[in-house]
Amino acid sequence: MSGNSKDEQVEQMTIDEQDPSDEPGSVRTGGRHARPDAGMSRADMLRLGLRGTGQTLITAGLIVLLFVVYELWVTNIFAHEKQSKVHNALEKEWAQGDDPLVTGGGKLNLPGGKQGTIPTGTGIANLYIPRLGTDYHFTIVQGTDDGSLEKGPGHYTGSALPGGVGNFAVAGHRVGKGEPFLNLDHLRPGDTIVVETKSTWFIYTVKGNLQSGDLNDKGTDGIPGREIVSPSDTNVIAPVPDHPGVTPTEKMITLTTCHPKFTATQRMILHGTLARTVQRSGDQLPKELSGGTL
Amino acid sequence: MYVWIWRHLPGAVTWKVLQTLLIVAAISALLLFIVFPWLEPKLPINRVTVNQ
Repeated sequence: MSGNSKDEQVEQMTIDEQDPSDEPGSVRTGGRHARPDAGMSRADMLRLGLRGTGQTLITAGLIVLLFVVYELWVTNIFAHEKQSKVHNALEKEWAQGDDPLVTGGGKLNLPGGKQGTIPTGTGIANLYIPRLGTDYHFTIVQGTDDGSLEKGPGHYTGSALPGGVGNFAVAGHRVGKGEPFLNLDHLRPGDTIVVETKSTWFIYTVKGNLQSGDLNDKGTDGIPGREIVSPSDTNVIAPVPDHPGVTPTEKMITLTTCHPKFTATQRMILHGTLARTVQRSGDQLPKELSGGTL
Repeated sequence: MYVWIWRHLPGAVTWKVLQTLLIVAAISALLLFIVFPWLEPKLPINRVTVNQ
């Protein structure tokens, strides 16, 4: 910057030292501190204009770059803070004997309107995906509004609860905002998705063809392990995914995130079925998680 | 613009550099903590849910 400054000063002097009589129509406003536009030649004006444009473009570029830093880094800092808050709140609630999935009278909320009693943004269950790392865990919050999704993966209100008949549907950010589903594309058929509630471990497995490893294989029930759909395709979170209006008998899980990374043109959807249910017992983990025995 | 600001900062070069860093930090903070959080939900990026 100091280099620029010297250049500018030198240039300023040459402008000021020009004889105003060379510039017909120009008015000299005075001395060493003349405004830059006083007594400027056409070339000087052009140079000033070009420099201004250049600096504006550089500034715009820096702001865009800073926005990328914000998206990829700063939003994660905020989101991790919010995630640990909901996680701690849920653990505390469980320790006190309360379960956000259970309302007054000890009755489990049922899908379809009766879940409105769980406030959006509160933690309802923990999510573990061993394929994404032994330390991979997120607290799932109720609701898929922007505020809830900043705290963690969000449960679509109205979809089934963990372990319920129907489809337990969860949305999560792919890039930034804690990026819980950044590597969702790493999952393979048969991989476990573990959901922990106050009383129970629910172990889901990703659908698809276990023999060939083909995630897109629709199997006998017409539901693939993974599919890429348009953002308006709400059928993927139907009680029976991709089969709206059909009465569910299976217990399923569906994860949704944006696709491809960094864009929102499509959605990546993963479907799984409930393979196993284990009652929680103290601090013991199910055997699908590292060090688990249950 | 940058040259204009540099010339109008008072003091010696060291002092000017300090002030420059301060200005950069202030503008970055304004963008990161106020402007971007306001702007981001208005942009069609980072949508992860399916809806009509």
